[in-house]
Amino acid sequence: MSLSVTRRTRLSTAWLFVLVPIVILLIAAPWWAGRADLRLMGEIALYMSLAVLWNLLAGYAGLVSVGQQAYVGFGGYLFFALTMLAGLHPFAALPLVVLAGFVISAPVAVLIFRLRGAYFAIGTWVVAEVFRLSFAQISSLGGGSGTSLSPSIVRSLADGRDAREAVAWWLALGAGMLVIGAVVWLLRSRQGVALTAIRDNELAARSLGIDIWRTKFTVYVVVSGLTALIGALIFLQKLRISPDAAFSANDWTAFVIFIVVIGGIGTLEGPILGTLVFFALRETLADLGTLYLIALGVVAIVIMLFAPRGLWGFLRDRWGVELFPLSRRVSGLAKKEA
Amino acid sequence: MSAILELQGVKKAFGAVVVADDQSWSLQPGEALGVLGPNGAGKTSMFNLVTGTLSTDAGTIRLDGQDITGWSAAKRCRAGIARSFQVPQPFAHMTVFENAYVAATQGAGLSGRAAEAHCLDVLDRTGLVAKSNVQAGGLTLLERKRLELSRALCAKPRVILLDEIAGGLTENECQSLIQTIRDVHATGVSIVWIEHVVHALLAVVSRLMVIDFGRKIAEGEPQAIMQSREVKEIYLGIEADA
Repeated sequence: MSLSVTRRTRLSTAWLFVLVPIVILLIAAPWWAGRADLRLMGEIALYMSLAVLWNLLAGYAGLVSVGQQAYVGFGGYLFFALTMLAGLHPFAALPLVVLAGFVISAPVAVLIFRLRGAYFAIGTWVVAEVFRLSFAQISSLGGGSGTSLSPSIVRSLADGRDAREAVAWWLALGAGMLVIGAVVWLLRSRQGVALTAIRDNELAARSLGIDIWRTKFTVYVVVSGLTALIGALIFLQKLRISPDAAFSANDWTAFVIFIVVIGGIGTLEGPILGTLVFFALRETLADLGTLYLIALGVVAIVIMLFAPRGLWGFLRDRWGVELFPLSRRVSGLAKKEA
Repeated sequence: MSAILELQGVKKAFGAVVVADDQSWSLQPGEALGVLGPNGAGKTSMFNLVTGTLSTDAGTIRLDGQDITGWSAAKRCRAGIARSFQVPQPFAHMTVFENAYVAATQGAGLSGRAAEAHCLDVLDRTGLVAKSNVQAGGLTLLERKRLELSRALCAKPRVILLDEIAGGLTENECQSLIQTIRDVHATGVSIVWIEHVVHALLAVVSRLMVIDFGRKIAEGEPQAIMQSREVKEIYLGIEADA
């Protein structure tokens, strides 16, 4: 039998050849992009990361959380605390933020995994509110009104404003690539196969030996730790943090859900495409004020009506395209039949 | 020889509806046991209790002498119990091969090339290999049933539970399915098979059990059971004293 299993398709190989120059171009951005563009691109990279992470949580593991702002805010606040109160260098603080995200999300998962469906969603929101109210109590971090990152810490990143902007961009880009890379790696692993199976059918998944609780727990903890990292970078870019901004359900969950749903939930490419669409809309419509949010709503409704599985889901169902080589294909079938 | 699968006094009720009423039976290693009973008798519930997707109210379930009553469905599968669902439960957005791969990596604990080779071997035996790259959601009923069987086999079971796998098939399809199941049985896998297509069942099993209202009402050699009053009552509606 000359059958073999491969994961590459011609498209995914071609995509790799496109991806490498894009990444090189992005790394070189400080030399060709202006300061404002660099900031916008940094924001896009961070939002993309949040969307990819939320998609892993909701689209694959079926954990529809509306409280991921808990970890965005937690990461942001912890980063400020570690640098300003504990005196750590920002580069030393970032890995600690990820670790702390893992540690704090584990007991939260044990608690909220007792809830199902809509109750789970509400539970995650309650947890986020508890986080917000707790951080608002810490007077050394400005209590309810928040605090700014002290200039000495900002200066410790790099000399000169342009260099600092470049470092902030590289951190955002690096985090984005780390997140996408981690998700691709996870989905290609045995855990990922289990996760995709859970996405499609929990009953069959359980009956075929998949420990659903443990798989979901792993996903929740990994996603939360990485979300905390993104939170730290978001507020490193903003230089100022307050409980309302850090734990905003609108900014860190509602927009992220919009991105994932229009892009295509349960696909890896969906949230990436959705982020680009979201920022294209935002940059062209932002001047319209309230109309901008109405336009977002209309876009969401239209996409839900005509492409319920999102833009990428639509493309994939139509042409079977897949940019990242995740699925396993058996080759040599035609030969066998002949 | 000690039983590979043994139920002792297993009970399960949903309110007033009793789906398993003090059920006790056992399966010998390498045996093929057929299960008959009218719709709603509790046959599928019995499978749910054995595989752990349903928890028992009372009684014990043993696999190879070990008490597995408190185990999760996943752990039971990894220990060697696999099933096919009466209503196929494919991973609709994964390919046929990936469906099999889930069972091989999770249920059987294989990895890498060994897992892939095992999947291809099973799919070849169940006649699905040509459909390897097709999304499971796009399969016909027969193919979905074959996929149920393939996935169960990919988990390398010691006991396989088949739930009405021949229902809705044409005569030719049914014959090739019987052959596949016989081949599986020949490799030493113990089988419990719920089926309404009696001739398919009789072609494979060496013992029959009849269930009604969650109770085991008859058990024994297939021909004797088919001639028994209980079976005629259930399937032909003959009164007990007629």
